[in-house]
Amino acid sequence: MISFEKFTLSNGLRVLVHPDQSTPMAVVNVLYDVGARDENPEKTGFAHLFEHLMFGGSVNIPVYDEPLQVAGGENNAYTTNDLTNYYCQLPAENLETAFWLESDRMLSLAFSKKSLDVQRKVVCEEFREHYINKPYGDVWHEFRRLAYSTHPYRWMTIGAKLEHIEQATLEDVKSFFFKHYTPCNAILVVAGNVELERVRELSEKWFGSIPAGEKYHRNLPVEPAQQAPRLLERKAQVPLDALYKGWHIYSRTDARYYTADLITDILGGGGSSRLFQSLVKEKKLFSNIECYHLGSTDPGLLTIEGKLVKGIDIKTADLAIEEELKKMMENGVTEQELQKVKNKTESAMAFEDMSLLNRASSIAMYELLGDANLMNTELQRYQAVSTEDILRESRIIFNPNNCNTLYYLAENESHT
Amino acid sequence: MNRKKAPAIKDATAFSLKLKPYEHYTLDNGVPVYCIHAGSQEVLQLEWVFNAGNCYEESKGIAAAANFLLKNGTSTKTAFEINEAFDYYGAWCNRTCYNETAVVSLHCLTKHLGTLLPVVQEMLFDSVFPEEELQIYKQNAGQRLMVNLKKCEFVAGRLIDSYVYGDKHPYGVYTSPLDIEALQLAPVKAFYEKYYKQGTCALFVSGYLPPDLREQLNKNFGQASISAPSGILPAVQSVPATEKKYRVQNDPDAVQGAVRLAIPFPNRHHPDFQKAIVLNNVFGGFFGSRLMSNIREDKGYTYGIYSYIQNHIQQSAWLVSTEAGKDVCEATIEEVYKEMALLREELVPEDELNLVRNYMIGGILGDLDGPFHIMAKWKNIILNQLDEQYFYQSIETIKQVSPEELRELANRYLQPENFYELVVY
Repeated sequence: MISFEKFTLSNGLRVLVHPDQSTPMAVVNVLYDVGARDENPEKTGFAHLFEHLMFGGSVNIPVYDEPLQVAGGENNAYTTNDLTNYYCQLPAENLETAFWLESDRMLSLAFSKKSLDVQRKVVCEEFREHYINKPYGDVWHEFRRLAYSTHPYRWMTIGAKLEHIEQATLEDVKSFFFKHYTPCNAILVVAGNVELERVRELSEKWFGSIPAGEKYHRNLPVEPAQQAPRLLERKAQVPLDALYKGWHIYSRTDARYYTADLITDILGGGGSSRLFQSLVKEKKLFSNIECYHLGSTDPGLLTIEGKLVKGIDIKTADLAIEEELKKMMENGVTEQELQKVKNKTESAMAFEDMSLLNRASSIAMYELLGDANLMNTELQRYQAVSTEDILRESRIIFNPNNCNTLYYLAENESHT
Repeated sequence: MNRKKAPAIKDATAFSLKLKPYEHYTLDNGVPVYCIHAGSQEVLQLEWVFNAGNCYEESKGIAAAANFLLKNGTSTKTAFEINEAFDYYGAWCNRTCYNETAVVSLHCLTKHLGTLLPVVQEMLFDSVFPEEELQIYKQNAGQRLMVNLKKCEFVAGRLIDSYVYGDKHPYGVYTSPLDIEALQLAPVKAFYEKYYKQGTCALFVSGYLPPDLREQLNKNFGQASISAPSGILPAVQSVPATEKKYRVQNDPDAVQGAVRLAIPFPNRHHPDFQKAIVLNNVFGGFFGSRLMSNIREDKGYTYGIYSYIQNHIQQSAWLVSTEAGKDVCEATIEEVYKEMALLREELVPEDELNLVRNYMIGGILGDLDGPFHIMAKWKNIILNQLDEQYFYQSIETIKQVSPEELRELANRYLQPENFYELVVY
């Protein structure tokens, strides 16, 4: 049970406080309700580029990092398709430094030309390092475009292409900031060795006077139900063939999300999971195989990915996966199997909650979904999933018409 | 309210840091157990640290294979059944092979410990190493290696270690696909017999511990024929390469190069070590370092650049590591050398040094948060054969090392002509 208090400032900023007197540290976590899904399709990668610019100085403070480091603090941030999250951890005595820094960059940025020029280059290097220069680095670029015809999950957080990042202008930066980086589109979580009244006082003092801004109303194109299987073949300079399959599942707030989540664990969660045991250990078709989903807010993809044992035909491997899915769709799962993945979920949650940073970001994340207290009832939702639910949902999810398949083939294969 | 003025802070160097002491006892066979009981979640972490790293192996890949295959079959359980035994209780049992040590770790809810310890006991003392499991391991490890060898950063990491230590040294040796192909069961089994079943081991337990932990550990591990580590490690002799500069082509399509610079550096017992950690932070140890400020935040050559001292027990190396655009790799190296020159020639300004001191102390304070982190600090101290004075000395060093001492250190170590220099692209 994670306890917290919540209040809202008059400008709409939601503040959640999670005191924990057992640590000498404090965490200040600011979540902005904007992610790559909110981008213009012609200017992708912007939410993430913008995250970099948040460290390039704010209206009253020329640099963000140094004053925080002087106060003994550390910070970082990340952007997903759904949201952008900034967090810092520092000795609790120096809590106010974090308020000062975070509130100033919510008030306004410095909008420095130099910072934009440099961060465009840095992000392009990040793009190259992770998505171009790595074997299989562009898989999700291809796979998202295959699986989503309409919804902005079509592109990755890093952006659809380098040119979009290279072309970002200071005007784009300003309009993005004033549209999304406002108190009414943000959630502030303060956790650790802090007191509620002190946090209330500091929140009023530093954030209270920031203009509310306009509430951003998200109105994204909805992905239409897929009507037929899709198959894409790509050749690339990689040593091994790889297979990716994805099925549309439910949004994060849908009651059936929990069933879909447990299905991924039954199929691909660890050494005793179905796919690993059958396809890696017994049939020896794959050298590794995983089943997962990304926990996205809007309907996501249940994904199976695996690298093939050299010499195995990819269609054989694909059929073997289908066969495993068929077993689940026909016979469901045993009570013991279901209990196993529930136990795993319980344990994973307990370990996650060990870290103050995780607790703070979870509170922010669940508040974004509608209610921070969801994090305390989450386990019950998993416990309530039955073997019938698994059987029913597996038949819906693994409907062949809902399936996207990517054959990512080793190019040099054909020459040998 | 003046938003231009920073709120008053308590200087992080004014904090008094305490490393929570461990509880220590030995099992009937003399195997030492170190415990940290703390935390509010009812979970724990248990590590069995064997002296079974790759410095004990006679041919390449044996130590890693023995470590990995511990979980792949006992006389009563198949690999699947072992996995199922952990998975059913939501527990994770991992194993990792290092240079001196090889570790088996268990993460579980405290309430399930009693059920899981006998499974670990079986793995450690009754593993059977089925031939089929070795074949699957060879095939999959070989394929994973093929993928990694396409990555410039992976290749660079292996090569730079081999230059610094020599490719026969446990820290510099690397396995090729052929080495994996050549693995045989007999030496793996023999290694297991000698270094696990009859080996030396220490246990580290942290988290929310059950009251009868000691009895449980004694019952499962105190009767086995393992013993306490002797503290004597096999002598290793480094044979650094004579050639210093390397440019290696690995991937014709690469758009970035993996840049690595390195010099040999002594271990933690050397009087320069703790001061060098401070100098390293100024140089390239964190986001606000000089390398990062210059090469990422000013030039935009890279997504990130870091310097660090390797975490080895017997000898070490001081490295600079980055992935930079192919056309700016040489310019990046030049900037790194310029930053070295500044550190050799000029004193680090008080403001900057103060920032680094505060940042480091704040980081240690954050690192002491929670039982797993506290145990990680202790484990490092114990495995490096240091004591708690080392922890308190390191804090004093951070608080007191002078700009003059840092400049002197930079003159001793940060000399470009002594650095191995590698770009893999």
